[in-house]
Amino acid sequence: MSIEVRDIHKQFGKFVALDGISLAFPGGQLTALLGPSGCGKTTLLRIIAGLESADRGMVLLEGEDASNTHVRERQVGFVFQHYALFRHLSVFENVAFGLRVKPRKLRPPEAEIRKKVHALLDLVQLDWLADRLPAQLSGGQRQRIALARALAVEPRVLLLDEPFGALDAKVRKELRRWLRRLHDDLHITSIFVTHDQEEALEVADQVVLMNHGRIEQVGAPQEVYQHPATPFVYGFLGAVNYFHGRIEEGRVHTDGALLHADAAPGAESLAAGASVTAFVRPHELDIVPESEDHAVGVAARITRILGFGALARIELTGLSADARNFEVEMGREQLAVRGLHEGQRVRLMPSRIKVFERERDDDLVAGAGI
Amino acid sequence: MTRRHKNVLPGFPLTLGYTLVYLSLIVLIPLAAVFIKAADLSLAEFWAIVSAPRVVASYKVSFGLSLLAAAINSVFGLLLAWSLVRYRFPGKKLVDALVDLPFALPTAVTGIALTTLYAGNGWLGKPLEALGASIGAALSALWLDFGGSAETAAALAEFNIKVAYTPLGILTALIFIGLPFVVRTVQPILEDLDPELEEAAASLGARRWQTFRYVLLPILLPALLTGFALAFARAVGEYGSVIFIAGNMPFISEITPLMIIFKLDEFDYVGATAIAAVMLLLSFVLLLVINVLQAWTSRRIRKGRR
Repeated sequence: MSIEVRDIHKQFGKFVALDGISLAFPGGQLTALLGPSGCGKTTLLRIIAGLESADRGMVLLEGEDASNTHVRERQVGFVFQHYALFRHLSVFENVAFGLRVKPRKLRPPEAEIRKKVHALLDLVQLDWLADRLPAQLSGGQRQRIALARALAVEPRVLLLDEPFGALDAKVRKELRRWLRRLHDDLHITSIFVTHDQEEALEVADQVVLMNHGRIEQVGAPQEVYQHPATPFVYGFLGAVNYFHGRIEEGRVHTDGALLHADAAPGAESLAAGASVTAFVRPHELDIVPESEDHAVGVAARITRILGFGALARIELTGLSADARNFEVEMGREQLAVRGLHEGQRVRLMPSRIKVFERERDDDLVAGAGI
Repeated sequence: MTRRHKNVLPGFPLTLGYTLVYLSLIVLIPLAAVFIKAADLSLAEFWAIVSAPRVVASYKVSFGLSLLAAAINSVFGLLLAWSLVRYRFPGKKLVDALVDLPFALPTAVTGIALTTLYAGNGWLGKPLEALGASIGAALSALWLDFGGSAETAAALAEFNIKVAYTPLGILTALIFIGLPFVVRTVQPILEDLDPELEEAAASLGARRWQTFRYVLLPILLPALLTGFALAFARAVGEYGSVIFIAGNMPFISEITPLMIIFKLDEFDYVGATAIAAVMLLLSFVLLLVINVLQAWTSRRIRKGRR
């Protein structure tokens, strides 16, 4: 089922949580609402569910205006970050709850309830826990039960509010793969809220990036990662180095030197002399030994080399007045070939940059990974 | 001796000893004295005193009205606690403080204040009687219209709402003094209650009352029962506020503690302790039943706590 929101506004006191959000969620897809905390993503999810009402705007479920429909009539499955399981009821009764509270005419007979609940518990692979109480389960198990409970009422839409937020890193990874597989089986229109970009990029069909109650970008995971539309998106979807500079002849100059030899993508439309910020991912930044030729790159000093796993991470401090920190990722063989060591003076040469006109400095700092 | 070190919490023998000595001095010895004194009587004498019709009537008034008052307090105490926890309104802090007032007020003051208010010429008693009289007149007229007998109509015309000097007055006083117990026991549980539970229930299609009945009430029930037990215990033992408003009419509005006072006034100490012993026993049995119920309901909840 498709979901659409039109021009949603929501204000809490003076704080604007949502500022004119319009979005379409295609049927059968898994969409991630991604953004830093306080960006309004959970509020938007709660408005879609009917747990919160918008000050202005419309929620359309399957093309029908549902703005004034109560949550219990919207047929949405909602999964909470802290599970919200009924602690006095067994796992079985938790899952059966939605069936038992149906009006008598619609309530399935007991045998059917049993069959359905066990089928759902099988689906989340926890049928053997049916008689336990929620407190006797691990966090990951509880969230799977919460999901089974939400699915019991055959919702038209599944909404998940930071479903893995309260779990530890290993369980998170397992569970999000499991969620993706489950979605591939069920094909129920789903929206999940997360502040973890890795989670969003890995699990979702479509990613909606939000910041300050506005939408920054909507697109497939590949697309938003490869072609971030705004500096915020670039900074939020992974670690990033940024260089402040000026445009001269379509290229970025910083600290009196050319940052990148080629014409900078994104700079074509900018006037000469425009103040810009160039973004470079850590793996797209090369380290070369300091030489006499100061025409290209930025001078820096290696402060730390961290070598875990396949990639080594190198932390550097710029030698210009503002002593900015940089981060570089490279294969460990590369590191050995170059013979880099801590304290060494080097030059940073980006292999790929993305340029944005400089305007919202605060966003860069908040969103940047470093 | 090696076992001594297995307990992680230190000072267990000391605290247990202290608890027992304290409990004995403050509670058990005085209570035991009641039974010892009552034991001066032969079984037949004892039975004659405690089963005297007037005394039996007082048990009914005391225990019946105390249970009723505790039940009413459970309902309205829960409502009050709910409003105090869930809503924000001007003067909330003040209302919150007011709840404790029945604890602090001398019981005689409560009794006199309530009596003055609810007496036939009091601020509340007067309009209530007027209301009762008009209801009675209306009922009587209605009865005649439908061809009822004149006698019944005359009886209906007698109908009135009198609070002071009736069992209703006793009930009012018992509700007043028992209110804080339920509010204060339920309040912390309500504060801990995650609103997400209600949202989850609603998203699963539960109506408001279903959410209350199947989600909230099971969680609140142990605290509610504790509050009920405390309010009941307080009501059974209440003397000061009740005797002013009760009117103390034999067989109608005499409470058991008053019967004990009567015996004392006649220097019949043994008789007084006999009634006291029965009261103690009845209270103890009722409280035990409530506590067992409470333990039974809370076992599931406690097991299910995160």
